[in-house]
Amino acid sequence: MGQVATNFAYLATIVAFILALKFLSHPATARRGNWIGAVGMLIAIAVTFAQKSVVSYWEIVVGMAVGGSFGAVAARRVKMTAIPQMVALFNGVGGGAAALISLGEFHIRAPDPGRLHGDISVSIILSALIGSISFAGSMVAFAKLQELIQGRPIVYPGQQAVNALLLAAIVAAGVGIVAGAEQQWLIVAVILGSLLFGVLFVLPIGGADMPVVISLLNAFTGIAAAATGFELENNVLIVSGMLVGASGTLLTILMGRAMNRSIANVLFGAFGQVSPSAAASAADTDGGAVRSATADDVAVMLAYAHKVVFVPGYGMAVAQAQHDVRQLADLLEARGVEVSYAIHPVAGRMPGHMNVLLAEANVPYPQLKEMDEANSEFPRTDVALVIGANDVTNPDARSNQGSPIYGMPILNVDEAQSVVVLKRSMNPGFAGIENPLFVNPKTVMLFGDAKDSIDQLISGVKAQ
Amino acid sequence: MSHGLLLSFEVTILVLAIFLGFEVISKVPTLLHTPLMSGTNAIHGIVIVGAMLVAGLGHKDTLTTVVGLVAVVLASANVVGGFVVTDRMLEMFKKREPPAAERTAHDGGAAKEDPSKREVPPTQ
Repeated sequence: MGQVATNFAYLATIVAFILALKFLSHPATARRGNWIGAVGMLIAIAVTFAQKSVVSYWEIVVGMAVGGSFGAVAARRVKMTAIPQMVALFNGVGGGAAALISLGEFHIRAPDPGRLHGDISVSIILSALIGSISFAGSMVAFAKLQELIQGRPIVYPGQQAVNALLLAAIVAAGVGIVAGAEQQWLIVAVILGSLLFGVLFVLPIGGADMPVVISLLNAFTGIAAAATGFELENNVLIVSGMLVGASGTLLTILMGRAMNRSIANVLFGAFGQVSPSAAASAADTDGGAVRSATADDVAVMLAYAHKVVFVPGYGMAVAQAQHDVRQLADLLEARGVEVSYAIHPVAGRMPGHMNVLLAEANVPYPQLKEMDEANSEFPRTDVALVIGANDVTNPDARSNQGSPIYGMPILNVDEAQSVVVLKRSMNPGFAGIENPLFVNPKTVMLFGDAKDSIDQLISGVKAQ
Repeated sequence: MSHGLLLSFEVTILVLAIFLGFEVISKVPTLLHTPLMSGTNAIHGIVIVGAMLVAGLGHKDTLTTVVGLVAVVLASANVVGGFVVTDRMLEMFKKREPPAAERTAHDGGAAKEDPSKREVPPTQ
């Protein structure tokens, strides 16, 4: 296939990707958008096979069979609760591929001194650097979400300085290559250094912020892909990579906005440092009285309420309780209780994650209330039933300036007549922050596995 | 075409792609943030083209062969996994029915779906 025909075929891929993004932004067309994207990808792969320079097929076929079947099996088997870490994993391998492409390209081109144009070497460095950071960072994010390593921020003195020095060293090695020192070990140093930087960069970020980090690394991988496009003088890589780079950056900003935090604050800031006043409030929580209730008590409260709002969090999803929650909701509705669900924008572990989980349980869509609507309903709510949600209900976000989540918009469950919190134990949440809601006089705690507790509530309500 | 001229075209489409990327998703509802992240994740699997170009070269040494092979493995996992997982998520959004309709479906077996209820109504 000639270069001109190839480029026109790649244009079809580019158009497909643009349509895919457009369709993915609307609920009614999102699935079709994903399919259009997949078709575009198939076109690009077929066209690349037909390129003159591609003559050795076995590496490609074997590689596709291995990687493709791993991706397909993993994506089929993953539980909906584990989607965030799955996205992190797929994002990481994409970044890793970009870094390897730059290593391969450099290795192929480097022996000829003077052959490397400045822009080619710059893009080789950029894709090696960004791709490696994305790979290593995504793997740390994966490990944190999978709870292979602790979700809490890992901090040590001088962390920022160490990271800055490391990045400076990587950039210096990159500049060396661009300046003409086309040595193999320099590109290897860039890649190894960037891998280390990726790890160090994500370690101090708390588990609750991982979605924002994954979204950012998603944009990184896109930019790395665009950089490989400059190395290979390939339009489809430049445009598709940059589309993801730009849309991923915007999505990251939107997510930050949903938490009322700047991206810089998420990446470098507040979560690591516990200020004295936050520590003080944590002490208050420890000292406060927690009232715990039995399932029967709560069942009575629910059965005779006029309006009940469910506040689901990740804990509900982990316990796989969403189907039971819907049963309880149906039961209450049959008794004439008004039922709705309050969905925080970052409920679950990713923006929109909770909507996916409740959709899986066939919760009727009109009952899902977004934060602003839900907050206007809490004052006339009899019982707010918090199921495995924690940080998104933490009143410290409103009132305690020292709290790491101060300023994050929350669900004002404490404005309801009474609050029931279903929780496994008094351990602080994923982000490791104390929640004064639990010692609020309006609040009763129902300890235990969310699914068991909900099942008990169902039989309790039936007995009324 | 001279290298400088080619570069100028490349930079032009790069800049246009940045604006397009911002424009095309500017009004996405929170509901779709996760599937959109996952969908764009699948799209950057386009690095598979680069991986194929490296792995497909005719005369190459062992290092390039290994690097190219591993790059193809990683990029294929990105592509296939990304699209499949996004489709699984979006499939669930489609199954939206009121509970009453679902009970009928379980009892009677002959589920009559109201087409207007199957799609997710737009949020916000």
